[in-house]
Amino acid sequence: MTQANIDTPSLITPSPFSEFLAGARDSFPLIVGAIPFGIIFGTLALSSGLSFTGAMAMSALVFAGSAQFIALGLVAAGTAWPIIVLTTFVVNLRHILYSATLAPHVRHLPKQWQAPLAFWLTDETFLVVVKRYTQQPLSRHNQWYYLGSALFMYINWQVCTFLGLTVGQMLPNAAAWGLDFAMPVTFIGMVIPYLKNRPMVAAVVAAGVVALVAQPVPHKLGLMIATLVGIATGMIVEQWGKPEVLP
Amino acid sequence: MNELYLIAGMAVVTFVIRYSMFAVAGRFEFSTRLTEALRYVPPTVLTAIIVPSVLMPGGESIDLSWTNAYLVGAVAAMGLGWVSNNLLLTIVGGMAVFLSWQWLVG
Repeated sequence: MTQANIDTPSLITPSPFSEFLAGARDSFPLIVGAIPFGIIFGTLALSSGLSFTGAMAMSALVFAGSAQFIALGLVAAGTAWPIIVLTTFVVNLRHILYSATLAPHVRHLPKQWQAPLAFWLTDETFLVVVKRYTQQPLSRHNQWYYLGSALFMYINWQVCTFLGLTVGQMLPNAAAWGLDFAMPVTFIGMVIPYLKNRPMVAAVVAAGVVALVAQPVPHKLGLMIATLVGIATGMIVEQWGKPEVLP
Repeated sequence: MNELYLIAGMAVVTFVIRYSMFAVAGRFEFSTRLTEALRYVPPTVLTAIIVPSVLMPGGESIDLSWTNAYLVGAVAAMGLGWVSNNLLLTIVGGMAVFLSWQWLVG
């Protein structure tokens, strides 16, 4: 490869590797937010009744932060495993919306790409990737960007779970420090850039109010209800803003 | 409690949900209306997670007082995010305000 090959064409079409690095780099702030979350999971796992191997296996094979936390709570309460699996299903329903949002961007890929990308679809990677895909829908190596974000998140989650299981056990009452604020604060930072027009603001306000009212609904289903009401509100306000089209 | 069944079950349902729409994407075209609706997914899901965890930190009642460190941290993060437009600064700054407020009040 000559020097020119490295310099010029990379500006026009980014290489898979540079896309991979960009995905990892853009996920960095979200990784920072996920670190306390992963460590607390590992810290609480043993006292909740999971084994060391079980906790590592859950992070490695399920890889879904909020579902894993809820599972810990249910394991500690002595819940039967089918109920926990059912709860996981409900808690993860929001991923159907993520999957639907990203589907048009991955439909051209072979199954060997789609399956691992789906496995690694978390809140964080979804947010980073959907932003990129909206801004650069035609970039050829978008899947490498997704992979970069996903792998960085995945490795970080495994390392943090391990740290929680080992070092976390030595910290006195680490779970009570309030590090659970890390997730909401990360998400606040992610929402703000979306608040650029009236329909979006209306959607977010509606989702927030409904989430509060629907909080007592079991199995975190209030989250789905709030999201759907928010989406509907945004669509309605958007419709009002459009000029009337006469038939 | 059978850990093996638990983890296998959770892994399967989580993957099936995440893969569901990828699997059918090639078979039909999403309507314009659905595509428009899906644009609202990221901010609405996030807000639906944020609001209860910040306003109801105990999980039972709404706490709008200044002693609620989650609320104070969230307001600080919103201000920081709005002014700086920098995600990392928003997270670290919001977290710092939250932890120091919790330390001061608690």
